[in-house]
Amino acid sequence: RLHSLHVLSDRFQETLARNQRFTETPVKMPGADKETDLSERIESFLSELKRCGRGAGSLRDSAETARETTALLRRITAQARWGNAGELMEIIRKEGRRMTAAQPSETTVGNMVRRVLKIIREEYARSRGSSEETDQQESLHKLLTSGGSSEDNFRQHFAHLKANVIEAINELLTELEGTTDNISMQALEHIHSNEVIMTIGRSRTVEAFLKDAARKRKFHVIVAECAPFCQGHEMATSLCKEDIETTVIPDAAIFAVMSRVNKVIIGTQTVLANGGLRAVNGTHTLALAAKHHSTPLIVCAPMFKLSPQFPNEEDTFHKFVSPHEVLPFTEGEILSKVNAHCPVFDYVPPELITLFISNIGGNAPSYIYRLMSELYHPEDHELYTGK
Amino acid sequence: MADSDGRQVDSINHSTEEDVKLQEVVQAKCEGKELTKEEKQRLRKEKKQHKKNKKDDRGPPEKEKEKEKASVLAPSKPATQSPAHKAAPVPVNASASESPVAAEKPAKSKAEQRAERRARQDTERASKQGKKEGGQQSASSKPKATPNELQPVKRLPEHIQVDDPAALKKLAKKLERQQVPLRSDYGYKVSLFSHLHQYSRKNPPTQQISIPATVIHPSIVRLGLQYSQGIIAGSNARSVALLHAFKQVIQDYSTPPNEELSRDLVNKLSPYISFLSQCRPLSASMGNAIKHIKKEISNIPSQCKEEEAKRRLQECIDSYINEKIILASEAISKYAIEKISDGDVILVYGCSSLVNHILCEAFEKQRKFRVIVVDSRPRLEGREALRRLVKKGIRCTYVLISALSYILPEVSKVFLGAHALLANGYVMSRVGTSQIALVAKAYNVPVLVCCETYKFCERVQTDSFVSNELDDPDDLIVTRNGKTHLENWQTVKSLGLLNLVYDVTPPDFVDLVITDLGMIPCTSVPVVLRVKNVDQ
Repeated sequence: RLHSLHVLSDRFQETLARNQRFTETPVKMPGADKETDLSERIESFLSELKRCGRGAGSLRDSAETARETTALLRRITAQARWGNAGELMEIIRKEGRRMTAAQPSETTVGNMVRRVLKIIREEYARSRGSSEETDQQESLHKLLTSGGSSEDNFRQHFAHLKANVIEAINELLTELEGTTDNISMQALEHIHSNEVIMTIGRSRTVEAFLKDAARKRKFHVIVAECAPFCQGHEMATSLCKEDIETTVIPDAAIFAVMSRVNKVIIGTQTVLANGGLRAVNGTHTLALAAKHHSTPLIVCAPMFKLSPQFPNEEDTFHKFVSPHEVLPFTEGEILSKVNAHCPVFDYVPPELITLFISNIGGNAPSYIYRLMSELYHPEDHELYTGK
Repeated sequence: MADSDGRQVDSINHSTEEDVKLQEVVQAKCEGKELTKEEKQRLRKEKKQHKKNKKDDRGPPEKEKEKEKASVLAPSKPATQSPAHKAAPVPVNASASESPVAAEKPAKSKAEQRAERRARQDTERASKQGKKEGGQQSASSKPKATPNELQPVKRLPEHIQVDDPAALKKLAKKLERQQVPLRSDYGYKVSLFSHLHQYSRKNPPTQQISIPATVIHPSIVRLGLQYSQGIIAGSNARSVALLHAFKQVIQDYSTPPNEELSRDLVNKLSPYISFLSQCRPLSASMGNAIKHIKKEISNIPSQCKEEEAKRRLQECIDSYINEKIILASEAISKYAIEKISDGDVILVYGCSSLVNHILCEAFEKQRKFRVIVVDSRPRLEGREALRRLVKKGIRCTYVLISALSYILPEVSKVFLGAHALLANGYVMSRVGTSQIALVAKAYNVPVLVCCETYKFCERVQTDSFVSNELDDPDDLIVTRNGKTHLENWQTVKSLGLLNLVYDVTPPDFVDLVITDLGMIPCTSVPVVLRVKNVDQ
């Protein structure tokens, strides 16, 4: 029953958001024009997030979400009124909180917000002249000797800060655009000829990865359709267009065919801070079967999917969708007496993963924490308690 | 008789012999024409000679092995070997009897020949007994041969030799003789499974049978259709339906003149069994049931009157069903209920009649538990189990197999049904069972398999590829949001759909097997088989 409430509250919030837009005054002042335009865009983005989060899988590509979020943040930086870095960070944090609240499972939004916050900190530090290295490290020594909190430092005004920040965000955008290509370029290093590769569900990253390798090598792909959304079917038809030998198997046959598989390559929704994954349901079974047969498990995930969350929070980790996917309404007689669950995600612990392939190269799961410290500032990990 | 059998097989395989006369005779035999007594004797002599030459070439140790094989073959399977040998002339006889014109004269001389052959069989068997004692003593020195339990070297079952054109031709010939329609494969087969059949549900073999069916009994035709369309599914249901159909066949059977019921009835059953295995490959439980019936039939004394014999057979079938299936499930429930405690959360997979029975009994005995039913595409058998349990009033939860990792932390026990238990301790069951056992093991949840002893089989298998069943690949196609992605999968060159039916679970994933003989570990299956064989 909890999931039906979730659905209702979503719809309620959406109508609220829509109504909000219509209650804005038609008479606009010239200066306020940009502001209302900005808030309109933010509202439309939020409602889109809410809408496509509901229902079967993610109708939206995570890369697209990341790009749109970054573009929106750039617009906020350009059009919102702020005097110094601290105020900008406050605005971005506020908007970031609203965006993550709209769709908690879409972690790329939060990740992009944190990246932008880190960019702002870096640009501020560069404008001030101090090097970034000392600001980064949180050591016990620093805690004892620094004394004053670092936030006072963000009150200084710099003329070129805006331009620098926007330029840095543009760089970030170009990086985002090239992630899939960067990952696919590494394909030939990992796939040899006549291999049997297994994958589950549909991941655009893995699709591009395999298609790139197929240009030069011949191999066989087994796709586990991922019930109940059966996105594996789409993946299989798309791979066949590039003349890759594909076989579709039902989820129940994963362990049965695993003994003939050489590699398992999967995509994921999020990479967690401990190196674990939040991936489509069925991935944990796949990972256990691969471990049992000592088959390497390779995860293709771009860096914007790396999130500083840990998998401890039981309430927020799982997301459920309507159980009619699992037990349709045609089974009416028993429907009222039965609990049906349809979770969307699975947790895969880092011990089952062999390698992460991202746009900056290949890494072991034990290295993920380092990458995280390069991408995000520790104070930004929790958007809700940010100052 | 076994000896001549072996020789016949030899002759068909080595048809490229220099002996033209032998070839002619063999050809005549294959065409089903009448062979005179002299021709048959000549055939036998040639084969004996040929075999002797081959034996001299091969040398003594193989000679001993062959003798052992032949000698053990003789006493253990006299009933099955002789009807297989006679399958050739009998269907010809049967079809000839339909056109009554020229039937009388050949039948009579055939019966005479058969009587003589039988006399010869008995003498050969007596002589072989003597040889066997001698063979046994020499064999006891060999470490690998244990004379009493030496299993005869089995012929490979046909249904896993689809990639061998010679085997396919042999099957086609056999089916033609028995006038059973041959079913053709459907769709692109994944290369790993090219040794298995893959049929389409839309073309059942019953379409190729003319009405009225004269060779195959109508209840068998109906049963075959029910199997191929999946109307009767589940190993217990299939075995019981098969036995009931056989009861009907025996009821309607009448011994033709100059025939013995014990031999003729077994011959009549062979084409039925071929037809059923064309509709859907036989399960291990069905195989055991058929073996039991054939043994019972051939043990009927020849002086028994027909009515008496029929009544006896019907009783025998009834008692088999009662003992091995119904009473066995009662015994298993009694043991299993000891393992269910209050507050348990039990996970079951798919629809196993035995596990459902256990849960219903436990609920009646006032145990407090709730059930989680795990289901998988494309069969979705779990919904049937869900209906039965909910009707009883048991609290149930329903998930698909991809949500297994989510639901397993709540589970305290896993109950699984089995299709067959193999002699090396592996459990053969519905595809997905091994996955459940794997994830349960990872979460340290005990896995209990419930299986009657009549499903134990002497085969061994280590993976799910070598011997399996491929279901209709079109079942995987699904329409979501108005789009069917795999609709034209046949036209796409490099796309294959794989719909496996069974998989094997390694014994280290299974904690306990509950059978009607008690609770045993997975590795004790060969012990049970041995005990059963000694009993019989």
